[in-house]
Amino acid sequence: MLPYVLIPLLPLVGFLIVGIFWPYFRGKGHWITVPLVSLSAVLSVRAFLDTLNGPPLHFVLYNWIQSGHFSVSISIMIDHLTAAMLVMVTVVSSLVHLYTVGYMKDDSGYDRFFSYISLFTFAMIILLISDNLLELFFGWEGVGFCSYILIVHWYERRPSWMAANKAFIMNRIGDFGFLLGIFLTYNVFGTLDYDSIFRQIPQHLHDTVFPFSAFHSPESASVLTVIALLLFVGAVGKSAQIPLHPWLPDAMEGPTPISALIHAATMVTAGIFMIARLSPIYDASPTALMVVGWTGAITAFVAATIALTQRDIKKIVAYSTMSQLGYMVMACGIGAYGAGIFHLLTHGFFKALLFLAAGSVIHSLSGEQDIFRMGGLSKYMKLTFVTMLLGSLALSGIPPFAGYFSKDLILSDAFNAGPRGQIFWAIGLVTALLTAFYTFRLIFLVFTGKQNFSNDGHHGHAPHESPLVMTIPLIILSLGAVFAGWAGDHYDIIGYLSQSMSVPNSLEISGISDGSLKMISVLAGVLGIAIAFFFYGRPSGIPLALSNAFRPLYSLSRNKWFFDEIYDAVFTRPVIFLSYILWREVDKGVIDMVVNGIASSCQMAGASLRRLQTGQLQNYALVMALGLFGMVSIFIFMK
Amino acid sequence: MVPLSWYVTLSSTLFLIGLVGVLVRRNIVIVLLCVEIMLNAVNINFVAFSKYQHVIDAQIFVFFVITVAAAEVAVGLGIIIALFRLRETINIDEFNILKL
Repeated sequence: MLPYVLIPLLPLVGFLIVGIFWPYFRGKGHWITVPLVSLSAVLSVRAFLDTLNGPPLHFVLYNWIQSGHFSVSISIMIDHLTAAMLVMVTVVSSLVHLYTVGYMKDDSGYDRFFSYISLFTFAMIILLISDNLLELFFGWEGVGFCSYILIVHWYERRPSWMAANKAFIMNRIGDFGFLLGIFLTYNVFGTLDYDSIFRQIPQHLHDTVFPFSAFHSPESASVLTVIALLLFVGAVGKSAQIPLHPWLPDAMEGPTPISALIHAATMVTAGIFMIARLSPIYDASPTALMVVGWTGAITAFVAATIALTQRDIKKIVAYSTMSQLGYMVMACGIGAYGAGIFHLLTHGFFKALLFLAAGSVIHSLSGEQDIFRMGGLSKYMKLTFVTMLLGSLALSGIPPFAGYFSKDLILSDAFNAGPRGQIFWAIGLVTALLTAFYTFRLIFLVFTGKQNFSNDGHHGHAPHESPLVMTIPLIILSLGAVFAGWAGDHYDIIGYLSQSMSVPNSLEISGISDGSLKMISVLAGVLGIAIAFFFYGRPSGIPLALSNAFRPLYSLSRNKWFFDEIYDAVFTRPVIFLSYILWREVDKGVIDMVVNGIASSCQMAGASLRRLQTGQLQNYALVMALGLFGMVSIFIFMK
Repeated sequence: MVPLSWYVTLSSTLFLIGLVGVLVRRNIVIVLLCVEIMLNAVNINFVAFSKYQHVIDAQIFVFFVITVAAAEVAVGLGIIIALFRLRETINIDEFNILKL
């Protein structure tokens, strides 16, 4: 039992030691946190191997809350789904820890940063190993908080704290729905333990609730649908699905290791993990599955179109993350949870790789993030170029790299899942083409062509390859990007995962064989790369001509579909305006007036009573005498 | 024999004279003397009732009052002298430093 308890405990210990004593570390914080998190990764791999041939591990550590029939325990449940996720999370986390040593060198918040990423790792592990919704929610909130505190790492910069606030508030909206979902779950099932919930699902299949009774609407809905949708609201916030997605691209204001760890590989996948974990609930509600599927499909497509025209290297990778998250959610929406999680795992490796490589590029150009001001970098940083190329090939779904196996599995599962699935397949295919295009647009603009950066921006010397602590994680992750997909396919990870999730219903066999489906999606990827080459791989006027010809579409993509502007106009400005009015009229007008009124009336009363205190002894004596007479008179006459 | 009401009238009159003196006079020495008059008005009451009710306790009490009054005058005059040295006046209106 002890080795499994240590998996979450070691990062927590690292956080506590470095977090409490950080002034004494002075840039040596990694000597504590990196070994602890790496040890945690080793133990996770061990737990994974244990579950390969054994049953799920389940320990109850202690009873957390016991009140009447409500009982929640802190426990460790490592089943097949959790074990696979644990390996990905802890391995990526320890590699990011290592990378941070080089990337954040000489940062004033170096040790603070290490303590927070350890805390994040702890919260993420808690999220994964919980056996009930409340413990999951604890981890869920923990990762959200760590995300906030790490985005705001450079808190003197206005964009940083603006982005952090945005991330936190957007996540709060999602978490509110999630919390309502937990409440309703408890109300219906009387428990928050996964196993007990799943056992009771058949009894509640036909229960209905009136979700809009507050508005006197007689509309009724299946209770399982309502639960699934409320929980999905949380997933929408956490996994950056439309419409709660704008925080993710903005979160790129944080340091790059955080973008890699939190906003690509781990935290944003929490929503997909939650859906897969609660797959029996989602399976029981076709309506919820439909909503989940469409949300994912739309997100995948919209994010891909936005990524086409962005100029910031991290924003492009961020939108590709959002797009891939859309794929995973879409996979869950057609019941192919296994495919979604498989893609999540491979994506964790190659997306962390892409981010870390992008960070390496930014690092060598001293903070330059505009891809049009890079170019020709492959000459200077071969290792970064090769690893990033591998990551991009994996992302584009080119065989035999990781993305090929997992993404094509999602696409073929979608194609075989009925008419709606075929629409999703078409959307996914177009998105795959776009993905390949924008990924290689980035590669061509950054690493080939002529140099558009100015040398004087970097102390007057040429860009250089990053130090070893930064390139080693890149190499290890690129191994993952190359082999993770093949390994998952070869060793039947879907069969492994399906031991702890519901498997998709027997898929209808469609007219097109699996092989030709794969062929089509690979062709889409190759086509995307080819277009990118013709547009950006050599000097060409096509992109400019196209952007002029389709000005409205270009502007839609360039401005991220105007989500920020719409939210600004619909929510932010009215709220700020309302707050301003409330502040001026209610706060200052009513509340302050009452408070100040009470204070000044006391003051006035005091000022007038003060005149009684003349200091003249004879006045006091007179009052005394009058009082005496008064009392004696009462005594005599009232008797 | 002189009726009790006469004694009581006398003592009330003396008490009122003393009280009015305390309230209206400005000379602090006179005020102190008026306090003495009030004390003695009380003493007359004690003695009168003692005689009419044949209780000796009240007369013993009178001695206490006289003793205390003597001590009080001594302390009071001492305070007045100290005040006079401080303020160079015996006008009671000037002694208003109790007011902040």
